[in-house]
Amino acid sequence: MADSLEVKELDQVVVRFSGDSGDGMQLAGNIFSTVSATVGNSISTFPDYPADIRAPQGSLTGVSGFQVHIGAGQVYTPGDLCDVLVAMNAAALKTQYKYAKPGAAIIIDTDSFGPKDLEKAAFETPDYLGEMGIDPDRVIACPLTTMVKDCLKDSGMDVKSMLKCRNMFALGLVCWLFDRNLEIAFNFLREKFAKKPGVADANIKVIQAGYDYGHNTHSSVANVYRIETKNKVPGRYMDITGNKATAYGFIAAAEKAGLKLYLGSYPITPATDVLHELSKHKSLGVTTVQCEDEIAGCASSVGASFAGALAVTSTSGPGICLKSEAMNLAVIMELPLVVLDVQRGGPATGLPTKSEQTDLLQALFGRNGESPMPVMAAISPTDCFDAAYEASKVALEHMTPVVLLTDAYVANGSGAFKLPNLAEYPEINPPYVPQELLGEWTPYMRAENGTRYWAVPGREGFTHILGGLEKDDKTGAISTNPENHDLMTRKRAQKIQNIPVPNLEVLGDSEDADLLIVGFGGTYGHLRAAMDEMRAAGKKVAMAHFRYINPLPANTAEVLKKYPKVVVAEQNMGQLAGWLRMKVDGFCPAQYNEVKGQPFKVSELVEAFGKLINALL
Amino acid sequence: MFTANDYKKGQPRWCPGCGDHFFLANLHKAMAEIGVAPWETAVISGIGCSSRLPHYMATYGMNTIHGRAAAIATGVKVANPRLSVWQVSGDGDGLAIGGNHFIHANRRNIDLNMILLNNRIYGLTKGQYSPTSPRGFVSKSSPYGTVEDPFRPAELCFGARGNFFARAVATDAPGTIEILKAAYQHKGASVCEILQHCVIFNNGAYDDVYNKDGRAKRAIYVQHGKPLVFGENNEFGLVQEGFGLKIVEIGKDGVTMDDILVHDAHCQDNTLQLKLALMGDGDGFPVALGVIRDVEAPTYNDAVEAQIEEVKAKKPYHNFAELLETNDIWEVK
Repeated sequence: MADSLEVKELDQVVVRFSGDSGDGMQLAGNIFSTVSATVGNSISTFPDYPADIRAPQGSLTGVSGFQVHIGAGQVYTPGDLCDVLVAMNAAALKTQYKYAKPGAAIIIDTDSFGPKDLEKAAFETPDYLGEMGIDPDRVIACPLTTMVKDCLKDSGMDVKSMLKCRNMFALGLVCWLFDRNLEIAFNFLREKFAKKPGVADANIKVIQAGYDYGHNTHSSVANVYRIETKNKVPGRYMDITGNKATAYGFIAAAEKAGLKLYLGSYPITPATDVLHELSKHKSLGVTTVQCEDEIAGCASSVGASFAGALAVTSTSGPGICLKSEAMNLAVIMELPLVVLDVQRGGPATGLPTKSEQTDLLQALFGRNGESPMPVMAAISPTDCFDAAYEASKVALEHMTPVVLLTDAYVANGSGAFKLPNLAEYPEINPPYVPQELLGEWTPYMRAENGTRYWAVPGREGFTHILGGLEKDDKTGAISTNPENHDLMTRKRAQKIQNIPVPNLEVLGDSEDADLLIVGFGGTYGHLRAAMDEMRAAGKKVAMAHFRYINPLPANTAEVLKKYPKVVVAEQNMGQLAGWLRMKVDGFCPAQYNEVKGQPFKVSELVEAFGKLINALL
Repeated sequence: MFTANDYKKGQPRWCPGCGDHFFLANLHKAMAEIGVAPWETAVISGIGCSSRLPHYMATYGMNTIHGRAAAIATGVKVANPRLSVWQVSGDGDGLAIGGNHFIHANRRNIDLNMILLNNRIYGLTKGQYSPTSPRGFVSKSSPYGTVEDPFRPAELCFGARGNFFARAVATDAPGTIEILKAAYQHKGASVCEILQHCVIFNNGAYDDVYNKDGRAKRAIYVQHGKPLVFGENNEFGLVQEGFGLKIVEIGKDGVTMDDILVHDAHCQDNTLQLKLALMGDGDGFPVALGVIRDVEAPTYNDAVEAQIEEVKAKKPYHNFAELLETNDIWEVK
C-alpha cells in the first residue's frame, strides 16, 4: 500500500470495465464517461459484448467489456489497451487482461475469485495472478461483494438486488482513482432511477463507499490521476451512441422536410437499437413497423415512401441481402428510401456482435441489373447524426434509395455530442411535382438535375402507376424498347452522378506527405490517431477519409495521385481499394486489411504504415 | 360521383377470355359505387399476369416485385391511412412467394382490401403448378402430377386470424361487385378470393361454377342473417350435424326452413365459416360464394395512429429540439 498520495496529471487514460454480461459494466462505463465529459474531457467508448444472450454466470464466454477513453485533448478511438482494468470476476480477468497495458492498474473483486470461479475461468491453480504473470503490486484486490452487502445491509434490499449494485462500487473506486466529482454521477443516477428513488439511493451509497474505500486505503496504487481539459469547445453536450445518433438524424431530417418518419424493420444485431430508439418517439409522430421479415421491412418502407413518408429501413449482416430486392425496386421506381446497414462480421450469420466493413461492395453492387445507388459511411458515433441527416436529404431530394453504412463499432460506441441546432442544418426540399405541370406530367419527367418528380398519392390530377418493369421515358408506360431501356439506364446512373458531394479533405501533411492514408467510415478515429502519432514522431503523413463512396468526391483522383505512396486501410479484404482502382485510372495503392471483428489497433497501424514509409526511403 | 370510366385506364393485354378481364371490369364498377376518388385510391400488385392490373387503373398504384405486394401495401396504408388501399395478387404471388406477407397482413389486420385472383396456375411463366393446384395436377413442371397438397386460401386466412373472407367467381359481376364493396366497408384486412380460369394453361378449373347455370346448381350464395339455402329453386339447405355440415332437401323428411342453418358472418368463432369456405372441393357440397366471414376487430393502422396520439398527449416532447432536452446534458463553458 502506498504511503503518500500524489495527484498526477495525464493527457489521456483508458479504463476497461469487464464482468459478466449481467454485471452492469456498460452502465458503470457510461456514468464514468459522462462524469468525465461533463468536465470537458473528450470521450470515446466501445462496448464489447458476447453474442450469447446470457452465457452461464462466471463463464469465459459470458464476459462483456466496456472501454472508455478520456482525454484532455481530442481522443478519436476508445484506445487500444487500457490503463485500468476492472475485472468483476475470474473469467473477466482471464479474458480481458490481454487488453491491459503493461503496468496497468487492475481492480478485482476477490469475492469472485473462489475455487469455483477459478474453475469456471479455467485457472489451474489458486494463484491466479501468478498464473497470468500479473504483478500483485498493480492490483487493487478488494472483497467488493462483501463490502457492497455491508454497505446496503440496512437498506431492506434482498441480496440479489444488492449484488446489482456491485458495478457502482467499482465505479466509485475508479472515480476516486481519477479524482472525479461524484455529484455528477449521483445526478445521473437520480435521473435514471427517477421512478425508483430507493434504487438510486442504494447505487449512490455504493458509489460513495467505493470512492471512500479508495480514499481510505489509498488502495495499492501510488497515484490519483487527473485529466485536465484542453481545447474545450463550449456548448451543451450529451453522450450518444452511434445507433442513437443515427435515429436522431432521421428524426431531425423528417422534421426538417416536414414529413412523417416511417421505419420498417426486423430485429437484427447490431442494428436493433435504431428500431428501439425510434419506437420510443411516438410523441414526435414517428411510425415504426416491426415487420415479419427483412424483406417486408424494406418492402413496406418502399410503400411508405410511395405514400409520401421519409422511409427508412434498418438492418445488418444477412438482412441487407434480403433487402436487396426491394432496394432495387426503389431504384427503378426512383423513390426516396434510406437503407441503414450497420455492418457486422460476415459472411452469413458470421460474427453478429463484431464489427467489419465488409458490406461495401454489396451496397454498391449487390443487386441485379444496373442499379446505381448512393452509398455513404458514417465515420464516428456522433457523425452518425449528420450522416443519417445527409442520407435522408440525398434520398428525398434526388428521389433515390441511399445506403448508409455504419458498423458495430460506430453503432455501439459513443462520444460527446454537441447538441445540434436544427435551424443551422440545410433545408430538405423534395422535388414535388409542380402544379403547373398538371395535365402534361408523366411519372418519369425530370427536374433539371435529372431527378424524377414526386407525386404523392392524394393529389388530384397526378395519379400514376410505378413499378418494377422498365418504363418509357416519355409516357411512363411499360416499355421493352431497347433504345428506351438504354436511355433510362443512363438517366438513372446520371442522376446519381449529379448528386453534389463535398470534396475530399486532406488532413495532416497535405502538401508534402510521403504517405497518404485512405479509409472510409468507422475506421476514421483509428486512422486519424495513427496519423497523429506518426506525425508527432516526425513522419510526413496525410490522410483522406471517405464519407461519400458513391458518387465519389470530385477531387478523388487528384488527391489519390498526389502522394508518393497511398495505403488504403479497411476492415475487409480490399473492397474500397478495389472500388477506387475501378474509378481512378492507374491508381495502385498499398493495402492494409484486417477482418478480426475488432477495431483497428493504432499501434499496429503505426507500425505497418511506418514500414511503408521506410520502404520508400 | 364517379363512374366506372373514372377508374379505367389503358387497354388490358391479357389473353382473350382471361378471368382478369372480368375481374377488372367489376373492380372499376365496384370502385365507382364505393365512390372514393381515384386519386385517394392506391392499387398495389406484385408480379404475375393478374398483377398487371394496376396499369389499367386510373388511380395511384404500383406493380411491384414478386410476392411483396402485401408488404408494400402495408407501408402505403400505415404511412398514409387516408388512402383506400387495394392489394392485388395471383395465387403464386400471394400464397407462394408472398405467403409470409399474406398471413402477417391478416394477423396484423391492416385495412387492406386483399384480392386473391386464384386460377390455380402460374400463367406468366407459362404453366407451372401453383400452391393452389390440386394434388396430382399435371403441368409443365409436374408432368406426372404434383405430389403435394394445395393451400386452401380461406384456411390460410383463418389460420392467420383473418377477419374477412369472401369469394366470387370472376364471371359473376353482381357477386364480385358485392364482395368488393363489402371488403371496402370492412375495416381491417379483407381477403376476396376470385375464382377464375386461365384460358391457356388451366381452362376449366372452375367449370362447375363458371357460368350462371352452374352456380345455380353447384354454388351457394351466403348472406349474413339468411338461411343457407341453394339449388335452382332454393330447394336445398345446410344443417349442422355432429361436427359437420349436411345437405338436406327442404320439405323432405319433415325438414322445414326453420331447420336450416342461418349464416352468421359476424360470428367471432370461425368454425362454421371455415366449413362453409372449404365446401365444394369434390365433396358433393356446393361452393360457397359471398361474404363468408366479416368480423369487426381493431385495425393495425388505426391502432398505430391512436397510440401516437396517446403518447403525444402523455409525453412532454413533440419536436426534435425538445427530444434533445430529454437526455443527460452537460455544459462545457
